[in-house]
Amino acid sequence: MHDGGIRSHWHYLMEALDGMGSAELQHRREEAWRLIRENDGTYNIYGDPGGMGRPWKLDLVPLLIESKEWQTIEAGLMQRAELLNLVLEDFYGPRHLVRNGILPPELLYSHPGFLYPCANIPMPGSRALTFYAADLVRDTDGQINVLSDRTQAPSGTGYALENRLVISRVLPSLFRDSHTHRLANFFRTTRNTLNTLSPREGEEPNIVLLSPGPANETYFEHAYLANYLGYTLVEGEDLTVRDNRVWLSTLEGLRPVDVIMRRMDDSYCDPVELRDDSYLGVPGLTNVARMGNVSIANPLGSGILENPALLAFLPTLSKYFLGEDLRIPSLQTWWCGIPAQREHVLANLHRLVIKPVHPGIGFRVHFGAELSRQQLDELKQSISARPHLYVGQESVSMSTVPVLDKTGLRPRHSVLRGFLIAGESDYMVMPGGLTRVSSSEDTLMVSNQAGGISKDTWVLATEPEKHISLLSERRQARLAPDRGGEVPGRVADNMFWVGRYAERAEFSSRLLRLALQFLETGEGAGSTAFKQLLIAVTNQTTTYPGFTALTDTDNVEMLEAELLTVISNQQKAGSLSQTLSALLRSARSVRDRLSSDTWRVINDIDKELRSLSDISQDRIVDALDELDNLITALTAFTGLTLENMVRGRSWSFLDTGRRIERALQIIRLTKSTVATVTSGEDETLLSDSMLTIVDSLMTYRRRYRYGVKIPQLLDLVLCDENNPRSLAYQFSRLEEHIAALPHKEESDIQSELVRVAQEAASLVRLADVNRLSVPNKESNRRDTLDNFLDILAVRLPALADSLTVTYFHTTKAPHQLVQLRSRSTT
Amino acid sequence: MKYRVTHTTKYTYSENVTLCHNIAHLLPRITPNQSCQLSQLLIDPLPANVNEWSDLFGNRRASFSIQMPHKELSVTAISEVEVFSSTLPPGETSIGWEQAVEYINTTSDPDIIDNRLYVLESDFTDFIMDVVSYSKPSFRKDRPLLDAVENLMHRIHQDFKYDPGFSTIATPLKEVLKHKKGVCQDFAHLAITCLRMQGLAARYVSGYLETIPPQGKEKLVGADASHAWFSVYVPHLGWVDFDPTNAKIPKEQHITVAWGRDYADVAPLKGIIFGGGKKNRLDVSVDVERIKT
Repeated sequence: MHDGGIRSHWHYLMEALDGMGSAELQHRREEAWRLIRENDGTYNIYGDPGGMGRPWKLDLVPLLIESKEWQTIEAGLMQRAELLNLVLEDFYGPRHLVRNGILPPELLYSHPGFLYPCANIPMPGSRALTFYAADLVRDTDGQINVLSDRTQAPSGTGYALENRLVISRVLPSLFRDSHTHRLANFFRTTRNTLNTLSPREGEEPNIVLLSPGPANETYFEHAYLANYLGYTLVEGEDLTVRDNRVWLSTLEGLRPVDVIMRRMDDSYCDPVELRDDSYLGVPGLTNVARMGNVSIANPLGSGILENPALLAFLPTLSKYFLGEDLRIPSLQTWWCGIPAQREHVLANLHRLVIKPVHPGIGFRVHFGAELSRQQLDELKQSISARPHLYVGQESVSMSTVPVLDKTGLRPRHSVLRGFLIAGESDYMVMPGGLTRVSSSEDTLMVSNQAGGISKDTWVLATEPEKHISLLSERRQARLAPDRGGEVPGRVADNMFWVGRYAERAEFSSRLLRLALQFLETGEGAGSTAFKQLLIAVTNQTTTYPGFTALTDTDNVEMLEAELLTVISNQQKAGSLSQTLSALLRSARSVRDRLSSDTWRVINDIDKELRSLSDISQDRIVDALDELDNLITALTAFTGLTLENMVRGRSWSFLDTGRRIERALQIIRLTKSTVATVTSGEDETLLSDSMLTIVDSLMTYRRRYRYGVKIPQLLDLVLCDENNPRSLAYQFSRLEEHIAALPHKEESDIQSELVRVAQEAASLVRLADVNRLSVPNKESNRRDTLDNFLDILAVRLPALADSLTVTYFHTTKAPHQLVQLRSRSTT
Repeated sequence: MKYRVTHTTKYTYSENVTLCHNIAHLLPRITPNQSCQLSQLLIDPLPANVNEWSDLFGNRRASFSIQMPHKELSVTAISEVEVFSSTLPPGETSIGWEQAVEYINTTSDPDIIDNRLYVLESDFTDFIMDVVSYSKPSFRKDRPLLDAVENLMHRIHQDFKYDPGFSTIATPLKEVLKHKKGVCQDFAHLAITCLRMQGLAARYVSGYLETIPPQGKEKLVGADASHAWFSVYVPHLGWVDFDPTNAKIPKEQHITVAWGRDYADVAPLKGIIFGGGKKNRLDVSVDVERIKT
């Protein structure tokens, strides 16, 4: 935005930044990035395996818009939202625009965004179009243009909010002195509007945010907004249609859903009436909307307004509906579906931007100026073959804004996304927005998929504003008693696995650290106990054949190679790296259920995972440090989930997973270590190892100062209910968790589960440690102990399976009814 | 002519279906040539809800859900319909086909403008060049529209073999054209594509056909089947039906249920089921009987 010179309202900011000095600026820039990483602000890049969970990029320098100019933008956006709303209501209602020849019928009827089954479905609310966003660009003459409209499920409000929280933290005094408009009011209006959409009057509406899931590019935002607004984050499988209503299926049973904040593309929302190949949606949803028993924002079908061909007709439509000119012009656009406009596009191909009318038709945006003669000819042919699929758009010479990189301030092209929400009588514009800048000075493409950077956007008020935030309100709202119960089976499943993987990772890390210590110090080299410990590594991580197949235990290099595989080979089933990846994946799927402090720790775990993958065999000793850090992070994670989570259903499933896994690990470890009869040094080394891994060595030493006594050891590790790392403790907790599970009407499965858990718990309580310690002279093993552990070991996976079937995956996958063809002849 | 049509669709599943949501196009619409005195859907097991509404094409669409576990679903549509015969002016007197295209594109009549949705490519009518070359001989310059379409219908009837074993719902038009085989649905889609690629409005019609048993034989109950044909928009005259499977211009023996851009808009029964197992069976019977008046 410094076209020639710097606009006056930038002076204060630029001087302040200048005054900080470049070292301080860089420091704050890094601080901003660190905050985003800590909150796990991410944007997923499609088609790139490394693109999942890519950190969101934020520039330190905000975009400034002065009050007077903002008023113009605001009025223009409000006008445009009103206009598009009228177009939407017409398209799915009387279709006057088409039938009276104001718009070519092909513009509507041939566009994939026009959902035929949604015709005449009532669109509740003061406006059919609840959410609206527009991408704005400023040309070098200072004129603001609309580049495109976002009406499907506009994304970005969450990122805008996150950007604001970060920048106001790293530039606090600048932010305060700049009298920037606050964003909270926009979200408050959003909540009010969604409340009023509810078809059930007089009752507190149940509102959910429907997301396609963690693989979606803006999933971070779905979880972020669900938390901020206080809605349950759901995926299609969490919802079901019965009795002409939508229900959220929770562990407690079905809860009615009144309003759906939709972040899934409409065509995927219902395989019965919309795309029948969609596995993401809610079968029967369209019909419930038709009956008026659920409100969806934005309504199904709203994607039609994103047809860029409409841009060519908006001035006409503005005159038709509002009797006025557009306050903010669209970038000049021509639709090839009309001969006159097509001719213009074909004649000016070399300087226009060619876009598809819909992203689903498999055509990427082409910049005519960058194409060779041959490419232009090919493009011409594509357009001529199916003209109505393309538009040509004037390429804009965008003005630039300053961006801070490692070397200093650089000019970049920028696009501002403005957000609107339908209020009671008017649209409300978010005072600010999401500014995105190109990845380099020469690029005209500004998109997150292409690696763009974002900026906070400051609308400068003439006077300071009162500070309000929904965060504090939400905390109060969260204490409402019924919120805790709304746990869909999918969430319970992921929580359960977060618990299991976290525990498995911790156990594996402790064991691997110990084995590596022995190997690197040479302590116990060649001994039976050392060999046994290595086999324990394989048993514990189930990375067979591993050390069980090693014949030569003196070859240190081979041992190191195998240990490294178990530590860092992502491809190896059971490896620590794989367990950590699975932990991160499960945690990201329930990100709205975990606190921001927990996220900080999860990011540390992610960092350690990456460090572990970088370790080479000649630097394997480095792994010791990394494992130390990892164990600290995992312990912190356990501590946070223990201390900082409300003891609701989510937590109880996480803890159930943890207990099952810990019990399994203790059983395996006991079998790999003290179930084998050894003596002297070997016995000491093995039992000490075991106690170290279960973190009970100190307790043992304190109680039994002298030597190794297997019965006492077994008592501490297996039977002592006061030891949180004992087997008995795990079973007691399991018994409690399972007894507290919601009862399922249709079966006795819950009482059956309780019985299994109780039985296992009492088996452990009543165990006779002296009898278990008796060795069998022939097998050289403690057979009674082996048998005892085996009996318990089979119960755990069975318990986990029953939980899965009963609580996590209660419905079978939907599929299509077979269809028969018409086949008559005479 | 008056008919009673009984159309039963029966699904048998190897395992319980716990929930299903369905959409049916089984209730006949009223047309200029057809009245419908009675129509009802009998669904077993009893659905939790049945809703009927008029879709964008004016068809009667019904949705229903079954929420109790079931291993068998039977949907029977019973309708009493009267079809009136209409006479077409001689084919050679109709408007030239190029003029028809021109008319559709320039008219200001809202209903005719709306018909332009039937000119566009749709899921089952791939605009491929093979179709244009196939239709060329029927669309000589200045040929009267009805004459051209009748010629196209006869050519399809002659060139293509009726073969229920060849194609499935998913067989693309290209394959049908290549092997010159298919069923009524394929022939209707082919004809529609030929017409649309010339710029004409053509729609897919789903319904029933009264079959007449061979001389001296008793007509078998349930031996009929659902049928499909196409319709073309003729300026100043309206929509005119053609049955390429039987090379006939429908008169009193074709009973219309619904129309749309193609099969996908008017599938008699479709839906999503939860459960049901791997093996399931589908039985359909259609019975078209004359009612004495």
